[in-house]
Amino acid sequence: MTRTIATLLALGLLIAGRSPSGAAELEAPLPNSDNPAEFPPAAAPGFGEALWEILTLKNYNTRLVILSTSLMGAACGLIGGFLLLRKRSLMGDTLSHATLPGICLAFMFMVALGGNGKNLSGLLLGASLTGLLGCASVLVIRQLTRLKDDAAMGIVLSVFYGLGIVLLSIIQGLPQASAAGLQSFLYGKVASIIFADFIVIALVTVASIVGCVFLYKEFRMLCFDEVFAATQGWPVHLLDIVMLTLVAAVTVVGLQAVGLILVIAFLITPAAAARFWTHHLGAMLAIGALIGSLSGWLGTVLSSLFPRLPAGAVIVLTAAFFFLISMLFGPAKGVSIRLIRHRKLKRKIAKQHLLRAAYEWLEIHDAGQKPEPADNRTIPLESLLKARSWTPRSLQRQLRSAYNHALLERYDSTGLVLSEAGFRQAARATRNHRLWELYLIENAAIAPSHVDRDADTVEHILGEALTRELVKLLPARQSASLDAVPGSPHPLKRNDD
Amino acid sequence: MIRLFRLDRASRAAPYQNDVGRPGAFPEHSPASPLSIHDLTVAYHRQPVIWDVDLEIPEGKLVGLIGPNGAGKSTLLKACLELVPVASGLVRVYGQPYSKRRELVGYVPQKESVDWDFPASTLDVVAMGGYHRLGWFRPVNKRCRAESMQALDRLGLSDLAHQQIGQLSGGQQQRAFLARALMQNAKLYLMDEPLAAVDAATETSIVELLREMKQRQKTCLIVHHDLATVTDYFDWIILLNMRVVAAGPTQEVFTQENLRKTYGGNLTILSAAADAVQNAGE
Repeated sequence: MTRTIATLLALGLLIAGRSPSGAAELEAPLPNSDNPAEFPPAAAPGFGEALWEILTLKNYNTRLVILSTSLMGAACGLIGGFLLLRKRSLMGDTLSHATLPGICLAFMFMVALGGNGKNLSGLLLGASLTGLLGCASVLVIRQLTRLKDDAAMGIVLSVFYGLGIVLLSIIQGLPQASAAGLQSFLYGKVASIIFADFIVIALVTVASIVGCVFLYKEFRMLCFDEVFAATQGWPVHLLDIVMLTLVAAVTVVGLQAVGLILVIAFLITPAAAARFWTHHLGAMLAIGALIGSLSGWLGTVLSSLFPRLPAGAVIVLTAAFFFLISMLFGPAKGVSIRLIRHRKLKRKIAKQHLLRAAYEWLEIHDAGQKPEPADNRTIPLESLLKARSWTPRSLQRQLRSAYNHALLERYDSTGLVLSEAGFRQAARATRNHRLWELYLIENAAIAPSHVDRDADTVEHILGEALTRELVKLLPARQSASLDAVPGSPHPLKRNDD
Repeated sequence: MIRLFRLDRASRAAPYQNDVGRPGAFPEHSPASPLSIHDLTVAYHRQPVIWDVDLEIPEGKLVGLIGPNGAGKSTLLKACLELVPVASGLVRVYGQPYSKRRELVGYVPQKESVDWDFPASTLDVVAMGGYHRLGWFRPVNKRCRAESMQALDRLGLSDLAHQQIGQLSGGQQQRAFLARALMQNAKLYLMDEPLAAVDAATETSIVELLREMKQRQKTCLIVHHDLATVTDYFDWIILLNMRVVAAGPTQEVFTQENLRKTYGGNLTILSAAADAVQNAGE
């Protein structure tokens, strides 16, 4: 609720703060004396050639921009992993929005000192200062009041952003016309990246990699169980500050690529996507960095092929595309792998039901004798249909699949004959079912007349170890041999009467 | 951050000066006792959670900490570990403040206190118990891994060492936490409901481990819920309901009278409050 209000407030301030010509100014590149070349290369004759030129990094500027966004993506994906696991995603958002007043104040300060206010390191320094100040405000509000984290962050985010927008509109009223370039920090402007920026980006990337490698163990513990870390004497707050500082550094350099509104997506999306691929933290961080840099690279290429599309948004959308793919097809937690596992289990259960029904039919019709695999009796489908709620079609489908797995000797529309392997599996399925039934009767006080259903839900997932345990627990009732099928604790129905 | 808001040691010791008249209010900090707590009061937002807790736990015993919900059991453990600010009183671990005796204290938090979806294997989690021995920046080495495997083995989890922790059952997760505490190689263990919501087999194996720890002269302070098993498991118990109702050897302390005082206390206050509200309305 608070966040919704805060967002609305911020949105209102954004609209109010924008001058009528805001949109046009956004398109205008930041004038840069040492950046005379155009990005994307304007004179590319055809689409194919332009693509070729961009992909092969022929143009110096293209090379610079693509390298910068890829590095930025790697750093964001890496640090974003820890931010995500620390459950501080919103903190990253607060930080990025809180950079805006810093940028504006740094500009005003530099203009007041007599410069033109366009010194990038000065602007980024200001951005980092207010960004961290925003985070500190969240911590202070949380400490002094009983407000929850999300409320504190919502308040700080909107207030700092609002302040930034107000400062921005003041700057636009100043005589220095070039002030409009500041707005590129809102949505990012990769085209304005120059060699000096590239160096800063590379340094920050290296710093974040070094930080994550050296503090891997510490950050892992902090993210998993901060209370336990504190009892071991680790300075939890210091570690948090180091982590936030790295986040701030990455965010501030990310401002140039995707802008302060979207940088949070660049931090969180690749890391969240990586989580679908692995259960290992190191691998997750590496994959996150990879997805981040791929998004930076592909997004920049796409946006330079279609120069009307803003690069920052395209980069974020590319990352979102990777997220979607990961969510659907990630082998560790993806949606499809879960569906596949579910279907596999369902099939296994259906197969075991079929085999057990066949085995029980044999038991009944062998008049108390233990069924033998060599019997080769034809089991009529009619009686199987009555044993379970199968339709003739679903039964046929299962028969086909069982036949394909060599569990049936033969089958037709009237009956089936188990193969030797099928018979052994049928005996095992029946044994598991009976063991579980006996266990439930003895230990869970379930009536023999009701136990069939309850056993049904669990028997399919009994492993060998658990089955052995069950046999050990029930020595009095049956011969302790693992392969012996115990008798049914309840009368079996003759379905063919 | 919390530390900034805490009183310094000198001012915390001061209240004792006014308490000279009370018997036992001036206890010696016996260096032999694994954990001695003196007049401890903890408050959250000016609302006291535990009042004047005064205890000395004997060495090499399984000590049960028992009381109704909201009695301050977890808070007492956290106060001993300096995880929550203390309003007054002090805690001594083997005669010293906890911050100087960390390596002697192991901690098993409630299972629900962490997110088990975290990308880590059982081995990774157990190894965390040995991080403080590795020190800053050093990655988990072979020795730490081998020790973790041993701890896993003692809890029958070796087969699950490389499973992601989210795939463990509740009882296995609880045992993973115990294995992590074993890795700490401490002398005093504080455990927050290690037997809550585990199946019977896990409970048996955990209790077996606790008895084995006791034989090796370890002291365990265990928050426990199930009154039926108290006499079975513990040598010593503390009945807590904001104040210590009774503490001592189980057979002396675990009486109907004491239990009524522990568990009935809240009820009595509630009904008294309800009466007061009613009277005010009339």
